[in-house]
Amino acid sequence: MTNMAENNRAVIGLKGKFASSLLEIKEFRGEVTVTVKKEDIIAICKYLKEELGYNMLTDVTAVDYYGKAPRFMLVYNLYSIPAKDRIRIKAPVDESDTSIASATCLWNSANFLEREVFDLFGINFTGHPDQRRILMADDWVGHPLRKDYPLQGPDREPYKGRLS
Amino acid sequence: MGVDQQPLGDNIITTSLDGLVNWARKSSIWPMTFGLACCAIEMMATGASHHDLDRFGIIFRASPRQSDCIIIAGTVTKKMLPVIKTVYEQMPEPKWVVAMGACACSGGIFDTYSVVQGIDEALPVDVYIPGCPPRPEALLFGLMKLQDKIMKERNSFGSSIGLGERLEPAA
Repeated sequence: MTNMAENNRAVIGLKGKFASSLLEIKEFRGEVTVTVKKEDIIAICKYLKEELGYNMLTDVTAVDYYGKAPRFMLVYNLYSIPAKDRIRIKAPVDESDTSIASATCLWNSANFLEREVFDLFGINFTGHPDQRRILMADDWVGHPLRKDYPLQGPDREPYKGRLS
Repeated sequence: MGVDQQPLGDNIITTSLDGLVNWARKSSIWPMTFGLACCAIEMMATGASHHDLDRFGIIFRASPRQSDCIIIAGTVTKKMLPVIKTVYEQMPEPKWVVAMGACACSGGIFDTYSVVQGIDEALPVDVYIPGCPPRPEALLFGLMKLQDKIMKERNSFGSSIGLGERLEPAA
């Protein structure tokens, strides 16, 4: 099934227009994932939305590969309502510059999704109309889903297993 | 009580004013309608006809101004804590707090950054009810324990007319 990714209409289209921006193309259990450079994320998303009909942004999330560089990986899950197929776009973001262009200019659903990623991972979305915390309290310090954030909170002694 | 009941007949009982006030209070515990998680579902089941909290005079009120008890039924997140504190502060005295379930007692399984590790970090808890969630019988037992506690309070009448403080029983 390795040729499934190669036959994917989005992969064919992206290879034709953004060959230099593509970092990795992967297929796993029928799901195609394309990793791209973060500088081109808006151009690629715009192409996927307007030319290929991926008109729905289902989710924006991030992964913290703590200890590796680049540290963060942004994940965009797209769905095409007319063609009924999905594509996953990923973009690496390094700790030294945790900013990436906001997708709110293409999908309004990116507004809340990107606020969540900002809240929990501390990724800055440039061009976001209202970037503030969405889940944690307004006065919260830190970004809890980062791997170096203590699980029980910064003000508590970490759990060291059962004492008895 | 040292009073000769013989001339008074069978229709009169003697008691202390504190006893009368305590009896009235324990027979009309009005809890705040306030649920936080799955424990609230069990609290609703306790209030419904099968277990029927009404027979204890326990009637859920929709306003903190009319409540004298708050049942913390569920996980208390740090984001929710200021809201609970505000509701508690809006309740008139005398008021009691019941921590229902493992989460309200100690944070339960949620040993994480976002969860308060027991509501007793913020409010004075009168009764702790273990369980995840506690069965309606357990909640009823806890509320009956609260009734016992209310009956043991002293100077309830005096404090209500401005004479001294209400004295709660030691443990």
